[in-house]
This record gives sequence, structure tokens and C-alpha cells, in this order.
Amino acid sequence: MGVSSVARLLCLSLLVSLMPMTMGWAGVVRDDRGQVVALSHSPQRIVTMIPSLTEIVCGLGECRRLVATDQYSNWPASVVDLPKVGGLDDAVIETIVSLKPDVVILTRSERTTTRLAQLGIATFVLNTERYDDVSRNVVRIAELLGVSAQAAILNAQIQSSVDTVLARAHWSDKKRSPLVYFEVDSAPYAAGEASFIGELLSKLGARNVVSASLGAFPKLNPEFVVRQNPDVIMTLPSVGVPLDSRPGWNTIRAVREHRVCEFTTTGRDLITRPGPRMAQGLELMSDCLAKVAP
Amino acid sequence: MTAAPVPTSDTVSSSSRSKSAVYGWVIAGLVLTIVLGALSLVVGTTSLMTSLRWLLSPDSQADTVLWQIRLPRTCGAWCAGALLGLGGAIAQGLFRNPLAEPYLLGTASGAALGVTLCLLSADASLLSLAWFGQLGVIGAAFIGACAAMLLTLTLARGVLQTANLLLAGVVVSFLLSAVTELLLLSAPNVWRTLQSFLLGTTGFLSWRSVVLLGISLVLTVIPALLLSRGLDALTLGEETAQSLGLSLPVLRVSFLAILSLVTAVSVGQVGVVGFVGLVAPHLVRQLMHVNHRGLLLMAPLMGGLLLQSADLLSRAIWSPMDLPVGAVTACIGGVYLVGLLWRRSHGR
Repeated sequence: MGVSSVARLLCLSLLVSLMPMTMGWAGVVRDDRGQVVALSHSPQRIVTMIPSLTEIVCGLGECRRLVATDQYSNWPASVVDLPKVGGLDDAVIETIVSLKPDVVILTRSERTTTRLAQLGIATFVLNTERYDDVSRNVVRIAELLGVSAQAAILNAQIQSSVDTVLARAHWSDKKRSPLVYFEVDSAPYAAGEASFIGELLSKLGARNVVSASLGAFPKLNPEFVVRQNPDVIMTLPSVGVPLDSRPGWNTIRAVREHRVCEFTTTGRDLITRPGPRMAQGLELMSDCLAKVAP
Repeated sequence: MTAAPVPTSDTVSSSSRSKSAVYGWVIAGLVLTIVLGALSLVVGTTSLMTSLRWLLSPDSQADTVLWQIRLPRTCGAWCAGALLGLGGAIAQGLFRNPLAEPYLLGTASGAALGVTLCLLSADASLLSLAWFGQLGVIGAAFIGACAAMLLTLTLARGVLQTANLLLAGVVVSFLLSAVTELLLLSAPNVWRTLQSFLLGTTGFLSWRSVVLLGISLVLTVIPALLLSRGLDALTLGEETAQSLGLSLPVLRVSFLAILSLVTAVSVGQVGVVGFVGLVAPHLVRQLMHVNHRGLLLMAPLMGGLLLQSADLLSRAIWSPMDLPVGAVTACIGGVYLVGLLWRRSHGR
């Protein structure tokens, strides 16, 4: 076999391997359980069970294929009026089945996936907790929907928005990067370096009082925060115990000098969902730091 | 102290013996409290060496951490535990049921509902809930607990029928829990805060909390001790108690009022700490033979020690994280009780 025939064979095999991609429909896709999800046709009726995945489906321009979402999905506006089928672990199985979806896209929930499988409904399970999950999930869902070309476009858009925000992060010119305590909840639960929120903070160059070794959302001894003396405190909307009325907390620099950002419920959605709008969440945090960081 | 109207030389000597035994235990308990209190100064998110250095040469942060955070936390935990121990002893005596505990009349579910409404008010723009948000978690828990107690008393149509009271308490507990669950469906993001409240939390106890808890403790222990004879008489049955000249309605109303105050204040400050109220009186009874006067004195001490040690462990085990103090209490109290029962059943 000459060099040219080898080249020709390579070209041919490349073409064959690319064919499903170019036609858009891969036919067989593997999800994060390692399970092969085989569908006879590109799914037209889809149910999503977690907001970040709903937003990815819509970000790929395939919102019209959604027939229902979980009760927390609220973006884009077009999904608000769709039938709501409960939360991830308290899914309304009967409604899902009656909608005859081709596939249900969700994150790990043994109860829901098992029950749906028993009823013969295909499930596509994706991890959606980390920053890197976003671009991977975009590719996976695009493959599942047969719109792989869209994945590259959406991922490029997300990346360029993230880059824009990071380039604009003024405070990063200052000498010392701010030490941040991100309170998810007044118990107090914190968002550590290992969480999605923590990853966004690290991208902005901020230091987190909670190291990755403590896990994603540890319940802290309040004394620990006092000792760490963060420069900035960020909180999600919550009514628990106000920061300045906690014993010893008025000695924390962020509290003393009013370097505190409390995000709105819309902000919470942007910051906590590893989805196509994460650059907006990043921007909210960046704006906060620009405003209050020392 | 003795219940016998005409003291004989025998009853006097046995009564004074048990009296001195109780005082011996009281002193031992207080000493242990002080030791644990001192220990609490060096248990936290710093290493032992750092804590000791802070004690010897304090800087401003040491002052804050040691005297504004650690000490009020341990004092507050002790007072809350004492309130629960007292509540448990009263509930068990009043209902003549060894399984009775302070939350029996629906106070825990009421407090949980109050806290849920308070947390929801931040999220929802419901104007009717806005004033609940103003109360804060502590106020909302207190009001929820009191409201649940009133509801139970209303459903039981008064205080006289023990069975009615217990049944009404159970019904109110389930009812209010169900309402809480339904509310949570609409706002699952408050679940985590509520959960930490339901598992008990000592993290934010301040000197102000200690003063409130301490005053409540004094205001409840003294009348309880004065009325303790009534509980002794009740152990013989309601009819006998009445024939001894006791006014049952007055006795019940007084003890229920004490019970309400005890649970509402503690639940407001430290959340729902289970098990202390149930187990503290049993631990006392396992250690010594007491009448209700001794029990109402010792059970608060035991409850205080239990919650104080649980608080210490909850900071120490997984520092700098905080374990739910209610879960720790159940572990140490439960293990200790099982140990005592085992020792007793093996003839020691």
C-alpha cells in the first residue's frame, strides 16, 4: 500500500467518523454514569430536572424541545410557563410519564432515575457541580440533541464572556488579593474553594477563607470566620442571624468597614448555577469586589 | 424536705442522708461545670498551644474569641441544657410518664414553623410575612413555640386531662410539622437553615443570650422547687394527690407555664436540641434516689453538663467545622445512659 492510499484511507475513516457529527445526530451518547443512552432518533420531547441543564438546552437554541422542567427552572422566560414536574428528588413521575418525553436530562438522583427507568423512560445523567462541568455538559447535551455544531458556538460565547469579565476585574490591580468569606446560609454554611462559587472566586483572584480540604459547603464554627478576619463578605439572600449581631463578628474587618455584598435572588440564580449564564454571576462578584474590596 | 407529716427518727436520718447526698452531687456537678467552662476557653478552631498563649498574653483577637465567643457559648449551652433538663423532669413528673420530654406539647414543631415563616419572609415578598422577618429567627422560634403550646391547651380543652393533653400535643406536633413541610416545598433554599435549627445550634450564643437564658433559668427553677411536693404527691395518683389537699388545676397550670417558658426560651436560643430533656432526669435517677425536689435541682445541672459537653465536642471533633450539637448530645447522653443501665442490670 502506497503513502497516497494510506492517506486516502485515513481521510475516508475520518469522514466516516465525522459523518454522524456532520449529520448532527450521534445516536449513542454516554452520560456521566458511564451509561450508554441509545435513542432511535434525535430527542424532540425533553424534560430537564435542574435549572443549569435547562439553561444549557435553551442556550443551545433548543428550548422548543422542552416539554417540562423542574419547578426551579426560571430562565429563559419561555420555560416559566412550561409544565413543572417537581424537584429533582421529589419529581412528579406521573406528570413526566404522561408527557411522553424522549429523554429526561437530570443530575444524579437514584430514586428518580430508577423509577423512570422502570417506566421505560430514558434518562441522561450529568454532573453539574463544578466550573468544568459547564463546557462538558454543553458538548454532551449538544451531542444528545444532535446539534454538536452549536456546542462550540455556545462554549465560545461563554468563554469570551468569562474572559471579558476577568479582564475588567479592576481590583486585581491592587496589591493584595482580597480575602473573601462567602456565606451560603447563616447557619453558617460557607462556599469553600471546592464549590462552584469558590471556583468563580478563585478565577477572580480572590482568596477564600475556606480551603478546599474542608469540602464544598462546610458548616463552620463562627469563631473560625472571626479568626480569619475576611476583607469582604458575600452572602446569598437569607434572614438568619444578621452579621453584626453575631458575637464577636463586629471585629471582622468586612463587617466593621461595611465591606459586605448581599446578592438578590436573581443574583443567587446566576452565581449558584453552573450554566451558560455563569459569566453574569462572575460579573456580580467582580462588581462586588470592585465596590467594596479594600 | 421529707414528705412524711410526722417525722420519726428513722425518716429524719434517711432524709438528711439523701439530702446531703444530693448536695454532694450538686457540688460535684458545679465543679465539673466550672472545669468544663475553663476547658471551653481552649477548645475551638485554634490549636491548644495558640489558645494557651492567648490566655497568657491576649491580643485584641484573643479577647474577642475567648471572652466574646467561647465563654458565652459554653455558658449559654449550659443554661439552655439546664432549662431542658428542668423541662424534662417537670414533663415526666407531671405526665407520670418516663418517656415525656419538654417538646411534648408541640413546642418544637411550633418553633420550627415560626423559623420557617421568618426565613420565608426574606425570600417571598409576602407582606403578611414581613413582620415575621422583623422578629428574627430567635423571636420567631419563641413565638412559634408559645403559639403551639396555646393551641395544644385549646385542643385539650384545658389542663386537667393528661391523656387529652398528650394527644393534643402529638396532634399539634404533626399538624405544624406538616404545615412546615408544605411551606418548604415552595422554598427549598431555606431548608438548610431550618435543618441547622432543628439539629440544635450553639454557634451564635452571645452574652445577651446567656443573660436571657440565665434569668429564665432562675425564674423557672425557683417556683419549680417550691412546687416540687406536688409532683411527689402526683406519683401516688391524681386522686391521692387531691385527697392530700393539693389543688390539681393550680399545680398543672403552674408547671405547664414553667414548661412553656423553659422550652420556648431554649428553643429560641439554641434550636431544637433533642434528648437532653428526656435523658437528664433518667441519668439523675440512675445516679441517686431522689424525690422531686432533688430531681428538679439535679436534672437542670445534669442537662446543663450534657449540653455543655456536647457543645465542647461539637467544636472539637471536626474543627473548624461545627457539628450539630443536638446530634452530639444524643450520642453522649445515649451512650452514658446505656452504660448506666447495663451496669445496673449487672448488679453493680
